[in-house]
Amino acid sequence: MRIAVTGLGATTPLAGDVAGNWASLVEGRSGIRLLTEEWVPEMTVHFAGTLAEEPPLDRVEARKLDRSQQVAVVAAREAWADAGSPEVDPVRMGAVIGSGIGGFLTLLNAYDTLKERGPSRISPHTVPMLMPSGPAAAVGLEFHAAAGVHAPVSACASGAEAIAVAARMIEDGRADVVLAGGTETPIHQLTMAGFAAMRALSTRNDDPQGASRPYDIARDGFVMGEGAGVLVLESEEHAKARGARIYAYVVGAGLTADAHHIAQPDPEGKGATRAILSSLAQADASPADVAHINAHATSTPQGDVAEAVAIRAAMGSHRPLVTGTKSMTGHMLGAAGAVEGIYTVLALHHRLVPPTINLHEQDPEVDLDVVHGSARTLPQGDLIALNNSFGFGGHDVAIAFRSA
Amino acid sequence: MSQEILDGLAVIVNEVAGVPVADIQPDKSFIDDLDIDSLSMVEVVMAAEDKWGVKIPDSEVKNLRTVGDAVAYIEKSTA
Repeated sequence: MRIAVTGLGATTPLAGDVAGNWASLVEGRSGIRLLTEEWVPEMTVHFAGTLAEEPPLDRVEARKLDRSQQVAVVAAREAWADAGSPEVDPVRMGAVIGSGIGGFLTLLNAYDTLKERGPSRISPHTVPMLMPSGPAAAVGLEFHAAAGVHAPVSACASGAEAIAVAARMIEDGRADVVLAGGTETPIHQLTMAGFAAMRALSTRNDDPQGASRPYDIARDGFVMGEGAGVLVLESEEHAKARGARIYAYVVGAGLTADAHHIAQPDPEGKGATRAILSSLAQADASPADVAHINAHATSTPQGDVAEAVAIRAAMGSHRPLVTGTKSMTGHMLGAAGAVEGIYTVLALHHRLVPPTINLHEQDPEVDLDVVHGSARTLPQGDLIALNNSFGFGGHDVAIAFRSA
Repeated sequence: MSQEILDGLAVIVNEVAGVPVADIQPDKSFIDDLDIDSLSMVEVVMAAEDKWGVKIPDSEVKNLRTVGDAVAYIEKSTA
């Protein structure tokens, strides 16, 4: 597999565009903030990664799109412009945007309307806004994606699975260009209560920006974030024919499952190891070729160790530079895999691995070369970088990128 | 024709679909001139029902081709 990455777009807690994201990552700045909603005091968690910039959409556009669709559209527009807004025959154009939850904010608002004002007051836009395929549909419509529109739903691996599905569309000859990404806007009392009930969230209310600390001995859970990331994937032939700038290539997509527990990771990380090795096999690469891994690294006590075990099992004695960018963004759930795919591509493009912040004392059970303190450079030459994404339900996705 | 209802409807159509208020004239067709799709038309109807306390059944909505048709219907219903 060799699919060109020719455009990038992202809106996250760090910044409203890719350039701002990269600047924040390299400097090690956190995007986590205290929440100010009236329901916050009764919660065990008082902070999250809210968008650095509200979606710049006009009023009429915004009222027909759930927030999860809005951020997806914003990221897709940036990615498309970044790719040079190529002319593509609609029947050769695809859109694959994943989400873990979809338009539940719309669902909740509509339910309030139903109870308060009755069924005749439900907006006709309710269903297209709440369906999990809504973000993919909104992006597909705007960019005339007639080759196919897909919406992978695999919890926190959704965004990575979208890259996998999109790359496969091109590999299989169904499309020349595909907008691939993930979106999630999960910040709401109900969602936070749900994750808090699982004891999955950090409760470090006295230090929100120090709360997401992958691999640190004192980590106590993940920090919820919102955002979207979209990549323009393109067949190498199509990209070269139009003289497009190629950031990197998608060269492998490993998709497996733990079949272990609905929420807990397999402590041996066997599914994750298989996903990594599968992505490398498709790339015709060996573990020794892997220079960098953007890890899933959510900052949960069990998950970080399970992933470290999985990486060690896949890499053997080879020690690539590992980073956990959720230390800065928080965990954007279904958007995470796509946004971190972008970060992985940028690391190859700039030959620089951003640091994992808040890592003061590395958990001795995590035997990895974790970049912390400041960014570290990657060597020149042909490099492979991996992006891992896992999700509740045991989804394991590893995307292999090759430097351009 | 009630200017007050026309003005009120123009505000609604602008709110729902972003059409400039000045373009919302009695002779304009919702679909052909103002580019209001079937979903947005439902929103316009719901907002009009709320504003004037009238009921516009689906069987009537299909007869409301122009802005003037809608103004006349609301005027008749509130008389």
